[in-house]
Amino acid sequence: MIVQGLVFYLFAAIVVSSAVMVISARNPVHSVLFLILAFFNAAGLFLLMGAEFLAMILVIVYVGAVAVLFLFVVMMLDINIAELRQGFLQYLPVGALVGLILLVELIMIGGTWALAPGALQGEGMPIPDPLEVSNTQALGRVIYDHYVYLFQTAGLILLVAMIGAIVLTLRKRPGVRRQSIAEQVARRKSDAVELKDVARGGGI
Amino acid sequence: MLEIGLGHYLTVAAILFTLGILGIFLNRKNMIVILMSIELLLLAVNINLLAFSTHLNDLVGQVFTLFVLTVAAAEAAIGLAILVVYFRNRGSIAVEDINMMKG
Repeated sequence: MIVQGLVFYLFAAIVVSSAVMVISARNPVHSVLFLILAFFNAAGLFLLMGAEFLAMILVIVYVGAVAVLFLFVVMMLDINIAELRQGFLQYLPVGALVGLILLVELIMIGGTWALAPGALQGEGMPIPDPLEVSNTQALGRVIYDHYVYLFQTAGLILLVAMIGAIVLTLRKRPGVRRQSIAEQVARRKSDAVELKDVARGGGI
Repeated sequence: MLEIGLGHYLTVAAILFTLGILGIFLNRKNMIVILMSIELLLLAVNINLLAFSTHLNDLVGQVFTLFVLTVAAAEAAIGLAILVVYFRNRGSIAVEDINMMKG
């Protein structure tokens, strides 16, 4: 129990401090790297809450795909770092004010919040004993039984996002020579070879 | 103190959410960091959902977290694509310059 508490505080402290660094780092590349650190430690928090599958998904999808995508874009765009920092202090007071109000509101909600009677009776899907059914298996049973349409919709959303991203970023640049496969395939002998009758000793 | 319960996780999620909001306000010249702040917000929401899922012994919270992760990944991809197109057109990623759609 003590180890669990200490591990929680370790993960939570690293998540929060790396989140601070994400929003305050001077270089966007450093921001992305701190975001990766935050995701790793959030995956640790997920593990502590008993959601092993989602912890692994977080590492694979977020660190492996989304954060690397961010890294690609940051490095691809030629950005002036000094320019990015302008106005940081100018927006600090209003940002801090809004953040403070939000935090106070959240604390007030947390202070007055109470569990609805009967909520613990488990009307939803009770989590099975991890020793008998693993988290991944239990999650799979629920998703493919009760939430199969939502699962398909999630896949559709990803497909639409992929197509949308490709359509948005694809462009035809003028003046770039590219291979035209259709043109190459459609070429006939008559287009390429010309036979000439040459008189003997005459030359062309 | 070392007994970790629902309140601890909710506190972490609340701090993360506040930091995400603060990041949106602070980085007005850098849309990439704003997108990252949105990722932080969604991470805070996920921690909240999972904490309640564990507390209420209900697996639906984890299912919902999975869907939130999906939508967040799609949103990041589309947002970054829009950012790249915008940078090609304007040569800047400052939020203040995004006023081309203003009538």
